[in-house]
Amino acid sequence: MGLYLLRRVIHSIFVLWGAVTVVFIVVRLVPGDPAQMMFGAQASAEDVAALRQRMGLDRPVPVQYVSFLLNVSRLDLGTSLTLDQPAVGAVASRLPATALLAVSAMTIALALSLPLDTLAALRRGSALDRVVSGLSLIGQAVPSFWIGIMFILIFARVLQWLPSSGIGGWKHWLLPAVTLALPVVGVLTRLMRSGLLEVLGTDFIRTAHAKGLTNRSVVTRHAFRNALIPVITVAGLQFGSLLAGAVIVETVFAWPGAGRLLIDSITRRDYPVVQASVLFITTGFILVNLIIDLSYGFLDPRIRFG
Amino acid sequence: MMSRETSKASGVTSGAELTSQRPNALGAEIRRPALRSGRLVLLSWFGPLLAFILVAVVGPILVPFNPLEVRLADRLVPPGGVLSSGATTIFGTDQVGKSMGAQLLQGARISFLVGVTTICIAGSVGLVIGVVSAYYGRFLDSLLMRLADIQLAFPSILLAILIAAVLGPSVPNVIITLSVTRWVTFARVARATTLMTKELEFVQAARAVGARDGHILLRHIIPSALPPFIVLAAAEMGLVILAEASLSFLGLGTPPEHPSWGLIIANGRDYLTTAWWISTLPGIALALLVLSLGLFGDALRDYLDPRAKRR
Repeated sequence: MGLYLLRRVIHSIFVLWGAVTVVFIVVRLVPGDPAQMMFGAQASAEDVAALRQRMGLDRPVPVQYVSFLLNVSRLDLGTSLTLDQPAVGAVASRLPATALLAVSAMTIALALSLPLDTLAALRRGSALDRVVSGLSLIGQAVPSFWIGIMFILIFARVLQWLPSSGIGGWKHWLLPAVTLALPVVGVLTRLMRSGLLEVLGTDFIRTAHAKGLTNRSVVTRHAFRNALIPVITVAGLQFGSLLAGAVIVETVFAWPGAGRLLIDSITRRDYPVVQASVLFITTGFILVNLIIDLSYGFLDPRIRFG
Repeated sequence: MMSRETSKASGVTSGAELTSQRPNALGAEIRRPALRSGRLVLLSWFGPLLAFILVAVVGPILVPFNPLEVRLADRLVPPGGVLSSGATTIFGTDQVGKSMGAQLLQGARISFLVGVTTICIAGSVGLVIGVVSAYYGRFLDSLLMRLADIQLAFPSILLAILIAAVLGPSVPNVIITLSVTRWVTFARVARATTLMTKELEFVQAARAVGARDGHILLRHIIPSALPPFIVLAAAEMGLVILAEASLSFLGLGTPPEHPSWGLIIANGRDYLTTAWWISTLPGIALALLVLSLGLFGDALRDYLDPRAKRR
């Protein structure tokens, strides 16, 4: 177990280094001069030169890269060009709102998909099963930003039950969280259903049936647990797309999280903050996957020794 | 962004498989003829997709409205309303009097253009990298797969947002962005099937009679890798189209001269109360397109690999 743990941690650190490098390269791919781009066309030459120096863009690329890595390891990603505070601080202050949204969306997704699937697998081929399968297919086909806008149209404009934007009580939180959860419900449902059906076809389930257990207890006691393992892995991977999906959903609902900060900063050409928010969200994703990998080892002893 | 895990290669398909056997809930085997009716099923699922392709290709030719033409006299006419010229509009007009119908048709073209081009680029890059990586193995393989690991550390839409923000909004840039974020899935699937195929007897036999690497790759490895690859391409196309819409919605995708569905949805946000149709209609079109792609992809998978059938 110790070796497995160590390997996963080292792998995560390697991937994190890779991600930092990718961000470094992408931001420097800007056609033309990043400093010029941040000011726009009307910038004076002195302003651009001063900014180039402040960002270290006048130094050779390898030197820039090394100092970038050093700064990242010290959690220093420069100062925001528009917010008058360190980029890291600006992002960190927005993270709790994003985390709240992502965690509640995942909770909603699991709370919806697990019972629905178990019921559907219990009554395979029934109307319920077909409705669940159909809905999950549709859930994956519909873009989340459009669902969000439709929710605003129906619940905020026509029915006027819920506010359409901002942060506040549960009423503000409900629409964005459900919007973010729906695509995940689609993915989890499809996976859980096929996982359950696969487990239901195995010998030990036949044995359980043969010793006279009811259909219900076969599914809940024997099949469910085994079908859950891939679901946990995928839930972890989905958590990453939740964090990324939050970027879009936060924009739709004007939710003051890190995702909306990212989009606003792109509009304002505030590259230090863009860098910082991408790195924060990606680090969150890598950490969640590490935790999932480790818990996977606990849940299924076969993996630890593999 | 969501189907990294749906990409498990289902292995090499044998075309000779005439019946699919799979256990039902109680473990009994069900036999059903798969191939003969399979082709019909496949064709019927191609129907909705074909309708979309026809609309995208022929639509803008048949409908004489310019999607970019501004007619302020006809602002915010609802679907079924009457225009100042006396004609009836089926899909209504937007906040500056541009025809929604013409914009929807134009949007279908952009979705297909971006979807097909991206899949071709990302698919062929992924195929080459995956096959070469698995076939030659060792250092090259670990290098390329570590690269894939790093890329998969990013939620793919986030990486797309970052690249698109740097490149700026334009149709070629969207295609570049999405190709960069999508090649990994293809490479992984191609690699998995190649690893399996290269140990099979017919490949060993080809090598034993002295076939060169190039011959083995082109005549044996790649053809075997293709069926799961085509299934993946159909599934990925829907995701690419959704990703394009998301980028355009955020203002990072197609520019205003090429209004894609995502951009039209964003434009309608300020008019939700007075003109629900601007944001609603492109979303329905988008969902139907992705749905018909998904259903066709599933049918294709069942046809090419009956063993992987879900139900």
